[in-house]
Amino acid sequence: MRWLSKLFEFIGKVGLFSLRVVADSLRPPFEFAQLSRQLAEVGNKSLALIVVSGFALGAVMTLHTRNTLVTFGATAMIPAVQAVSFFVEIGPLVTGLLLAGRVGSGIGAVLANMRASEQIDAIESLSIDSFKFLVVPRVLACVIALPFLTLFMDFAGLLGGFLSEELSSHIAPTLYVNRAFDYLQWSNFIAPTLKTAVFGFIIGSVSSYFGYTTDKGAQGVGEAATNSVVLSSLLIIVADVLLIKCIFFLFPETAI
Amino acid sequence: MSEPQTIAVEFKNVMKSFGTKRILNEVSFHIDQGQALCLLGRSGTGKSVTLKLIMALMRPDSGEVWVDQDNVVGMGEHSLSLVRKKMGYLFQDAALFDSLTLYENLALPLTRLTKKSKPEIDDVVHRVLTEVGLGADGAKYPSALSGGMKKRAGLARALALEPKILLADEPSSGLDRITAFEIDELLMQRKTEHGTALIIVTHDVHGARRVADRVAVLDKGNLVAFGSVDEVSQSENEVARKLITE
Repeated sequence: MRWLSKLFEFIGKVGLFSLRVVADSLRPPFEFAQLSRQLAEVGNKSLALIVVSGFALGAVMTLHTRNTLVTFGATAMIPAVQAVSFFVEIGPLVTGLLLAGRVGSGIGAVLANMRASEQIDAIESLSIDSFKFLVVPRVLACVIALPFLTLFMDFAGLLGGFLSEELSSHIAPTLYVNRAFDYLQWSNFIAPTLKTAVFGFIIGSVSSYFGYTTDKGAQGVGEAATNSVVLSSLLIIVADVLLIKCIFFLFPETAI
Repeated sequence: MSEPQTIAVEFKNVMKSFGTKRILNEVSFHIDQGQALCLLGRSGTGKSVTLKLIMALMRPDSGEVWVDQDNVVGMGEHSLSLVRKKMGYLFQDAALFDSLTLYENLALPLTRLTKKSKPEIDDVVHRVLTEVGLGADGAKYPSALSGGMKKRAGLARALALEPKILLADEPSSGLDRITAFEIDELLMQRKTEHGTALIIVTHDVHGARRVADRVAVLDKGNLVAFGSVDEVSQSENEVARKLITE
């Protein structure tokens, strides 16, 4: 039973840490310069990874889907299947998981290294609130960047799907786009894209928690990076299930 | 008649433990403004913890820590930030911010805590960097600096806000004798020219003899000797005598 009490203690600590992020993000002074620096770190530097992954995933998915749909004579549905899959689920989830790997490990390792090398103490000694200075901008950057990166993933996936389909059936771009968006409603697009802001909050908060609170010196840097990726990924998948239920509740027409 | 000395830092019966391990046991001492105190002791005897308690980066289990007439124990974050502005802290490994250049490392506290204009900040940064012999290195990142340069850069950052009290954690560790001597000279200069109180954690007995007005020796969490270098070298405590007469 001891592990259970430790688990609850851990959940409580991460919860309080996340609540502090919310409270401090609403309290001046606002760290706009740091936020802009972190947006560049989280957004710009992840863009290539997201676009290339989306493109490859889109191409591969079309190849697989085509084989199945040919059997039923439904190849005309390929663009619609591709668009709905990417906008509703694949784009948001894969973007979240990729960012948990790239950004989550980075945040965990950087903050843990700053803790081990006394840089966080140094910030405090300069009368600067290290939590507001280091943690809040990182979490906000993840919250803001994730929905935009998801859009890049979605459209890169569609492009990859189109090129794959074009090589197979020489489909015209306009026809592909028309068929792709025929079955897509705004609620299929907006709610799933915005849910990635929650994924961003999870990545930022969990990774910052492991990095900011470590007390294991150099060993803690590796642990923080690993734990950040593992727990962020797990929580994203769990949150995805809950958020989909919420979306179905708020937009019943999306529950096909 | 000389003016009465004002107390810069005072410990009153301070106790601090980590888990079951007692780090500081009823430690009391004080240091006046414009004086230099060197903290000596074997590794793990609570010297660095003492500095962190002064800067309120840690809280004691009991006792009082007074900094320039304010008890920092139990103080709120806002009041604490006002007290911290009076102090500079040179960390053991300098703790420079990796992602910022040397210039940005020094400009950060000036931008955040003063109302100086950009040209004024440039002047201060250039002056302090020149003072520590790094006038031409402002554009470099910490990763491009040697150990001695990092120490001097850390000292420059600690001095940028003209602190009344300077805390230095092993300022000469890992440095050659000449560089260590230069760092000691910079600290002495700060004390004599600006009246800064210095609290220095060190294993360098030669440096301590050169710089210190007072020496405090910690052993197993207890303050076993406190006084001038001569007084401590005649202390009844064997550890204190050995450390200072090494």
